Formats: sequence, C-alpha cells, structure tokens
Amino acid sequence: MPNLNDILIMLPELYLVVAACLLLLLDAFMALKERPWLHWISIAVLLVAIYLVIVGQPAQSVTAFGGMFVRDGVSEILKVFALLTTAIVFVYARPYLIDRKLVTGEFYTLMIFAVIGIMLLVSAGSLITVYLGLELLSLSSYALVALNRDAKLPSEAAIKYFVLGALASGMLLYGMSMVYGASGMGGTPTLDLAQLHHVSSYTTAPKLLLFGLIFMIVGIGFKLGAAPFHMWIPDVYQGAPTPVTTFIASGSKLAAFGMAYRLLDAGMGDLSHQWQLMLAVLAVLSLAIGNLVAIVQTNLKRLLAYSTISHMGYLLLGLSAASPEGYAAAMFYAICYALMSVAAFGVILALARSGFECEEISDLKGLNQKSPWMAFLMLLAMFSLAGVPPLFGFWAKVLVLESAIHANMLWLAIVGVVFAIIGLYYYLHVIKVVYFDKPAEGSVLAAKPDISLRVVLSLNALALLALGLYWGPLLSWCRSAFGL
Amino acid sequence: MFNHLLSLLIWLPVAGAIPVLLAGSRRPNLARWLSLIVAVLTFVVSLFLLVQYQPDAGGMQLSENYLWIASWGVHYALAVDGISVALILMTTFVSILVIAGAWEVIQDKPHQYMAAMLVLEGLLIGVFCATDALLFYALFEAILIPMFILIGIWGGPRRVYATLKFFIYTFFGSVFMLIALLYLYQKAGTFDMATLAALPLTMKEQTWIFFAFLIAFAIKVPMVPVHTWLPDAHVEAPTGGSVVLAAVMLKVGTYGFLRFILPITPDAGSHYAWLVIVLSLIAIVYIGYVALVQEDMKKLVAYSSVAHMGFVTLGIFIAFLLMRDPASVDMARLGMQGAMVQMISHGFVSGAMFSCIGVMYDRMHTRQIKDYGGVINVMPWFGFFYVFFAMANCGLPGTSGFVGEFMVILASFSANPWIALFAAFTLIIGAAYTLWMVKRVLWGDITNPHVGEMKEINGRETFVLVAFAAAVLALGVWPQPLIHLMDTSVSHLVQQLAIHKI
Repeated sequence: MPNLNDILIMLPELYLVVAACLLLLLDAFMALKERPWLHWISIAVLLVAIYLVIVGQPAQSVTAFGGMFVRDGVSEILKVFALLTTAIVFVYARPYLIDRKLVTGEFYTLMIFAVIGIMLLVSAGSLITVYLGLELLSLSSYALVALNRDAKLPSEAAIKYFVLGALASGMLLYGMSMVYGASGMGGTPTLDLAQLHHVSSYTTAPKLLLFGLIFMIVGIGFKLGAAPFHMWIPDVYQGAPTPVTTFIASGSKLAAFGMAYRLLDAGMGDLSHQWQLMLAVLAVLSLAIGNLVAIVQTNLKRLLAYSTISHMGYLLLGLSAASPEGYAAAMFYAICYALMSVAAFGVILALARSGFECEEISDLKGLNQKSPWMAFLMLLAMFSLAGVPPLFGFWAKVLVLESAIHANMLWLAIVGVVFAIIGLYYYLHVIKVVYFDKPAEGSVLAAKPDISLRVVLSLNALALLALGLYWGPLLSWCRSAFGL
Repeated sequence: MFNHLLSLLIWLPVAGAIPVLLAGSRRPNLARWLSLIVAVLTFVVSLFLLVQYQPDAGGMQLSENYLWIASWGVHYALAVDGISVALILMTTFVSILVIAGAWEVIQDKPHQYMAAMLVLEGLLIGVFCATDALLFYALFEAILIPMFILIGIWGGPRRVYATLKFFIYTFFGSVFMLIALLYLYQKAGTFDMATLAALPLTMKEQTWIFFAFLIAFAIKVPMVPVHTWLPDAHVEAPTGGSVVLAAVMLKVGTYGFLRFILPITPDAGSHYAWLVIVLSLIAIVYIGYVALVQEDMKKLVAYSSVAHMGFVTLGIFIAFLLMRDPASVDMARLGMQGAMVQMISHGFVSGAMFSCIGVMYDRMHTRQIKDYGGVINVMPWFGFFYVFFAMANCGLPGTSGFVGEFMVILASFSANPWIALFAAFTLIIGAAYTLWMVKRVLWGDITNPHVGEMKEINGRETFVLVAFAAAVLALGVWPQPLIHLMDTSVSHLVQQLAIHKI
C-alpha cells in the first residue's frame, strides 16, 4: 500500500497531474476573451513545479511505490531543466499561437502531460515506469504535432511520428519482455531496474538477455533520434508547429537521456562492455548522417533536425563511456543542447508571424540590417551549436570528448572532432545569411514586439554566453548527481 | 590595478565594445570616438607592462591565478614573459592604428566594426598571456568569431568564400590540438602549461602530439602547404582586418609553437625539425616567387607575409637543430632571438603595407597593380611612406625587417650553410617583388586618369603611417631594448630545447 511518504516523494508529479486537470476544466469554463490568462497560469504552474522539485530534493536517492519511482540527483536535475525549458517554450509560443489562433487549453494541458511523462521517465525505477512515462510523453507529443489539424504537413508529420513511434515502443516492449524473461531463468522474474542490474550474473539465458538489451537500445535510439533510427526527426521537426518542435528538441531530449541512463546504467550496467560499442556505433552514424545531410538543407527547421541528430551523436559519446564521468558529461550535454535548441527555435518563433513561418534559411537574409539584436542572439545560438568557444556548446563538446578519451576510445573522440569541423559549415552558413546577405525584396522580417518573448529569449541566448564563461557550478551539480 | 594588470588589458577592450555597440548606428561618430578612447586607454595600460615587468628576472611574471572550473582543475591563469609583453604591446599599438585607419572608411555599421575590433584585441591579448592550456585554447578559437564577422560584413566581393574558408581552415587545425590537450590532461590531471611542460612523454606520444600541435599552429602561421586561406582572407578582408590579421593573428601561430611544441614535445620537435625547416625554406623561396607574379597588391603582400613568417618558423626550428650540439647554444639563442624580432617586425611592416594599400584602395577602389602607375606625382608624401615600408619589407638595413632576418640567417649558417643559402634568397626575391610593385604603382607616368584625381593623404592617414614608420625605424636602428626585453625569456626557451622528456 502506498503510504504518505510515497506520495510526498512523488509530490511534484502528482501536483502537475492535478494542475493539468484543473487547467482543462478552466479552459472549458473560461470566457473566450479570458483565454489568454491560461498562458500565464500554465507558466506559473510549471514554475511552482520547479520550486516543488527543488525544495523536495532528497539528500540521497529515495524510492517510492516499492522501487517503481526513484528520486535522486539525476532525476532532480533533469526535471528542473525539463520544466524550465517547457516554461520557456510557453513564453516563446504565445505570439505564434495567437497569430494562428491556436491558443487553446489543449496545447497547455498536453504539454504539461508530456512533461509529466518526462518526469516519470527520468525517475523510473522499473521497466513499467519507463514504459509508462515514455508512452505518456509520446502520446501527448503525437497529439501536439497534430495540433493544427487543418494543415496538411502537421497531420502527415503526426501520422509519421505516431507510426514510427509505435513501432519503436513495440521494440522496446519486446526487449523488456525478453529481459524480464531472462531474469526469471535462474531466479525470480523482476521488472525492477536495480534488481535487473544483477541478472547477467545468474541468468541461464544470457543470449536472451542480450537480445532484450539490443531491442531496448533500438527504443532508446529512436527516442534520442540517433541514426539509424532518426528517420522521423526531420519530418516531424519540419511538420510540427514550431513551439512543439522546440519542445521535442529540448525537453524531450532530456527525457531521452534520462531513459537511456535508467535502462542502460541502472538496469543493464553489468553488460556495459556489450552496449558500449553499440552506442559508439550509433554515435558515429549519428554524427555522420546528421552533419553531412544537414549541409544540403534549405529549411531551417530541417537543418536543426539534422543538427539534433548529430548532437545526439555527441551525447552518445558521453554515454558510451559507461562511467559516472561519462554520464555526467552526457547529462551536461543534454542540458546544454536543450538550452541551445530552445534559443535557436526561439529566434524562429520571434520572427514568425501569420502567413510567414520564417522556416527557410533564406528567410533570415539580412536579419542584421533589420534587427541587429535578434541577429546577435541567433549568432550566439549558432556558434554555441557549432561548438565554438567561449560559448556553452563548446564546453559540452569538450566534456564528452574527454570522457571518450578517458574510456580509451580515442578514435571515437577523433571521429567526433572531424564531424565537428564538417558541422561547422552549416552553422556558419546560417550566420552568413543573417549577417552577410542583404535583405530580400519586400522582406517582412522584423522581430516581434512581444516583450516577454524578447526578454526571455535574450536571457536564454545570453545564458549560452554566460554559461560558456562560467560553467563550473553546473558541471559540479551534474557530477554530484553521479556521486563525483 | 597592478595586481590585475593582465585581466584589465583583456577585459577593458572587450567591455569597451559594449558601449560602442550601444552607441548604435544613429550616432556613428560617438561610436568611433568611444572605440578610439578605449583603444588608447588599453595602450596606455599596456605601457605599464614595461614598468612592471622585470626583463632580467625572467620567468613568468605578473601572474594571476584563479580556480575557474573546480571539478576539472581549470584555472583562469595569466602571466607574461618578455615575448608576451612585446606581442601585447604590438597588439595594443596596432589596434589604435586600425581603429584610426577605419575612421571614415567604414560607413556601414561602424559601431559593429569597431566593437568587433575591440573584442578581437582583447581576445588576442588574452591568448598572449594565458598560462592554462584550456583557457589558451578557448581564446585561440574565440578569435575566429570577430574575424569571421569582420571579413564577412565589410569585406570585398568574394568575402563569404574567404571568411568561410578562413574559419573552417583554422578550426580544422585546432580541433586536433584540442584532442592532444585532452590527452595531456588525462596524463597530467591539469591544464597548467608549466606542469604539462614537465610531463614525461614517450617518443610515440610526443610524435602524435607534435603533429596535432603542428597542424593547428602551422595553419595559423600559416606555413606551406596550408597557407592557401591567407591570400583569400587578406584580399577580401577590409583594411583593418588585413592589418590585424597580418600583424597580430599570424603571430598567434608562432607563439603557439613557443608555448606548446617547444616545451611539451621537445624530442619530437628535434626529431622533426628538418620537416619544419624544409617547409620554412619552401615558404621563403617558393612563396617569394609566387608573390612575384601577383597582380593584386594585397595578394602580393599576403604572400610576402607567408615568406616572412617562414623566417620565424625557420629561426625557431633551427634552434632545435643547433641544440643537438650543446656547444652551439649561443647560436641557437641567436636564431630564436631573430625569430622573435622578426615576429614583431613583421607585425609593423606588414601592418603598414596593408594600411598603405588601404589608403590607395579607398581612393581608387581597386587593388590591381596595373590600374596604378605614377601615384607619386599626385601623392608625394604617401609615396615617401610607401617606399619606406617597401624597403623595410625587403629587409633593408636600418629598418626592422633587416634585424630579424639577419639574425636568423646567421644562426642557420652555423647549422648548415645550405639552409642559410636558401634563406638568404629572400633578400633577392623579397627585393624583387616589393620593389617591382613599387615601380609599377608609384613611378612612371600617370596612365590611368583616375590616378590623377587621387588626393594626398589626410591628417588621420598621415598619423597612422607616421606611427608605423616610427616603430619600424626605431626597431631597425636600435633593436636593443626589444632584444633585452625578450632576452631572458628566449634563453629560457632555448634551455627547454635541451631537456629530454623520454
């Protein structure tokens, strides 16, 4: 029976569930002209959730509901940043949604449910919780992608996302069932990740366990968007409404890291010598496909989609080290990537208006002439994504490269930097369009007057610079979560 | 103030860029004056280095050391030796002239131009005084951002190609250096450059690390065969960009040789010294011939920069060769000293040459040699400076160009007369391409009617050229203070060559 303590441990999640349901009710009973208030209420809901996560932070790892739910340093950090980036997405989304008449309760409630999914996923203590969190996140995301249901492209993207996502979930579930089966051969069957950790030492079916592991890695690869499981990323990024894309590119990636960490380290840590190389292969493929294909993109959202794939390659570099240092580096990378991609999409959202998505790279022509500040923010985001010092993205890359070298995978680090050079080109190309090209004839390019968006976007992009100059505390925080 | 002199030097121009940017496009003159004030202030502060730095004491001085990233042991560590002091002074000096030189030339968003220049200045100063390898690397790479913007916005017609090539080329080299640094961090547990210098490494490790460093710095210098970005970048860059590029940024490469290759991989450096010497000689002789056939003035000076930088790398690596025989330590020191003097001298001479070309370009909007002819008839004062800097460029005694080249040739002669023979070729080829250009541009009759309309240099341009000329002449006639400033540091570097780390 769950006791009060269990409920207290899960308080932020339970609070969000209640809040999301209340929002839905509020939406139903609110007058149409009061609807804009939903926006501010939702942001407040998320901020309170961040507060709850921080104040309830346990001194050491605690579990609830018989080990199904884990609350430790890793989950705290990931939750804080997932909530934070989602709140930022809300701020960025407002003018976009107003322009397209999409300001509805559904957007906010679905987003909050997706965040609850993320929170469950990163706190998962058993295979069931992993699956529960993943499905909550995925189903909300599918619906969010199709939010603008009259448009063709989003509907296509949503169907594609759903079909491929369902396939990947199936793979994951299949893998889990094999792992569960293997745990029962020579011992008591278990779904608990902490107990699964030791399965490889006693199971009489090691091959079955290994197969299960491989299927689970397929599921993880899909969620991360690592090649060769990346096919959905470009279409979904391009097709989804930009705020939803922003969410998928930020909070969702934090969740994917959390899921990978829970399944691989907590669950399959004993088999790390097996999955290390698998992840290394995924990393190399992601780096290659992401960076090379991005070069030829003309659509900015698609370009950022391929850039995500390559960034997941770097994240995998850290994960494949299979050491606390490596995980800390990978988590640092995931946080860094979430902040960078939110900033990059934020600029797109700041420039988009009704009838003008600002999603072609050529749409940004001459941005520096029209609005130098937005151009500068874009410059920060792009140089950070490219990994040029002194910006944040550079240090995250340094950390994962170092962890790869530390794990005796010097070759992987060299592959990483070679693709960083290739990747540099397309980020520079965006900066070139922004700074060096003249504005096109009749260009409607201008930044939105929306003050909250401008302020938060400025803070977001400047944080990339500030964290680039002083990233020590964040790194220490990440490392402390892994007991370093 | 003196406790944080180096930090002040780095951050003053960087912070100064913010008000310049805020001054905005509406009040361009305010932005210009502000940036000039910041640059002059920085120069004045950098003069305190001369007061504070004790040349005879040697070692790294004026150090500042703060823990930056605790969990990684990265420090915000700064310190200078004589070589750094000289380079920093050159940077602050040239920055003033660059900002003065761009005064009314840059009409499009001058505040952004000036701000980029100031940020660049601060970062360059940072490179010259960082003593933590990761800090050095971050600054070394960060330089690319303002330069990328400078060439890309205010450059010539092919500026996008040139600036992308410049950025990707240099980035390509340095990422391997990053891997090498991370490897060293694994072994040493720190990025402190002095500790890395004392770290024992096997020959195999040294060889790999040597080549990783070599590719990073050789591209920056640039050495043959990775010099091809330089002519493009120079031709397309605005005058100020070219001046900073030639005068200061190329020195970052050779400075990296001194700070990384010499102390960290002395054995590999000694083993592969022949490679760098051969490449330097190719730069001196072959690139000299390439310069001869150029029709674009900026390209010609860019190639001549490659040839002159060949002297710097030759001087550094001839010291490696000489140190194989402990008896010739004095000669090794001479070669190294020559390389240092050549570094500083080339900064002033090439900066001045590019400024001169900028002056002509502002009037004619062409850099083709064939479009000129008889410029001396309309611009006699300008002609005077141009001839003077051309003479310095060919290494005429009495100008700074002579001192360094002579010292390097002397040192190479004692290592191997053949090397000296090839190096001395520069005296002929350098004179040939420079003077031939002067002949075609300045002398003769005016054939292009537009040349007849050229106006004599104004007060601002005269100030820039006089300042450059004073520096070139001072170093040429009386190089002793400069040599004295760097002497102890150079001796220390040469001693490091003799230490075996295997």
